[in-house]
Amino acid sequence: MPTPDLFKRARAGFAPLFAVCALGLLGACASPEPGELVADPYEPMNRKVHGLSKGLDTTLIRPAAVTYGTVVPNPVRMGISNVADNLTLPSEALNGLLQGDGELALNNSFRFVINSTFGLAGLLDPASKMGLTNMDTDFGETLHVWGFREGAYLEVPLMGPSTERDLTGRAIDAVINPVTLVSPLTFTAARRSLNVADRLDTRYRYDETISSTLYESADSYAQAKLLYIQNRRFELGQGADGADDSEIYFDPYEDPYAE
Amino acid sequence: MLNNSISRRNVLLGASALTFVSALPAVALTEAGATKLINSVIGQINSVIASGKSEAAMIKEFENIFVRYSDVPTIARYTLGVSARSASDSQLRSFTSAFTGYISRKYGKRFREFMGGRLEVQQTKAVKSFYEVKTLAYLPGSAPFDVTFLVSDKSGKDLFFNMFIEGVNLLLTEREEIGAMLDRRGGNIDSLIADLQKAG
Repeated sequence: MPTPDLFKRARAGFAPLFAVCALGLLGACASPEPGELVADPYEPMNRKVHGLSKGLDTTLIRPAAVTYGTVVPNPVRMGISNVADNLTLPSEALNGLLQGDGELALNNSFRFVINSTFGLAGLLDPASKMGLTNMDTDFGETLHVWGFREGAYLEVPLMGPSTERDLTGRAIDAVINPVTLVSPLTFTAARRSLNVADRLDTRYRYDETISSTLYESADSYAQAKLLYIQNRRFELGQGADGADDSEIYFDPYEDPYAE
Repeated sequence: MLNNSISRRNVLLGASALTFVSALPAVALTEAGATKLINSVIGQINSVIASGKSEAAMIKEFENIFVRYSDVPTIARYTLGVSARSASDSQLRSFTSAFTGYISRKYGKRFREFMGGRLEVQQTKAVKSFYEVKTLAYLPGSAPFDVTFLVSDKSGKDLFFNMFIEGVNLLLTEREEIGAMLDRRGGNIDSLIADLQKAG
């Protein structure tokens, strides 16, 4: 049913993708300098965005998260986040398929079916109790599996730390998400609200770690970058470009002053 | 109930480790030692999390665990990086002690996020000259996540010298942070030490 509506949506979804392609980001593929964890040729711009995001966190996001976390009881917040997570499963199953990873595709498909039905539209997570635990993935990982390199580090407004590959992945995910494609626009709006609530819950739940990184670090930009890149490479299975086991598992007894 | 199953697991792990030791004494001794060390560490951490004590008390307990089970001088020296080379012995000593307090406050505060959770050892394997002990952290309401300890006996005792939480490397992260603090103070180690006593 390719209605004009669908095309409008697809075009809107493609806009960020075109923007990313226009920047030639995936083609550029900056490589880290020796001794550098990740290439950061856009550092001045990234630092500006980081400063703005920090300001937004201080004035809006953190206060909103604290209000949400204090006013809404924990089980309700968990239920809402579960529903939001459940609606990402079709997209994650699709990415599992694109990665040629049968386990990932099946796990996420069964999770979606079980939690949407027995889990009351995703409010509960009975699939986890049956051993089908959460296996996150996204198109950024698909690009990694397909052999695209990580590229340069980026700080994106409202999204936070990313890389050229991960930002491209986000843009493509927005376009190919099966839930967006088959549901009416009003539903998409409702889903966005769920995602906002989910993000506020995360901000509230990990407030100690997030706030101390943002507000107590000597260089919160450097810390945010380091945390994101290490954690992302870990998720993608260590050995993403620029980091092999020997770099991660350096031996401080061999050379305590190592660069 | 929970504690029972954890101690049963420990007993079983210990028993399997012992069986392994008698079969392969030379290699297995350190592997079992590494597992034993981390089992002690997480046993203590689990009881601190479960104690429900005040934040200040938890930070103190965490500092005790850190000092007792980890190689603090090596960790501190590594995070200071090349600056450790030019530092005097007494500067290194004061830095190490200030660093211990800083780390304990910084990470001890985060114990609140671990309330109701627990750590469990999964597997131990030899890497280079040391051992990697993988554990899983179970938190209510989130999928289990990976916490890995690296254990070495090069200090003369079995101690852990690095820790990874979902791939985030404590040594690397703190080295970046201490480096940034040092840069801000024009490379002055004494002023870094003074500020580190309050930071975290």
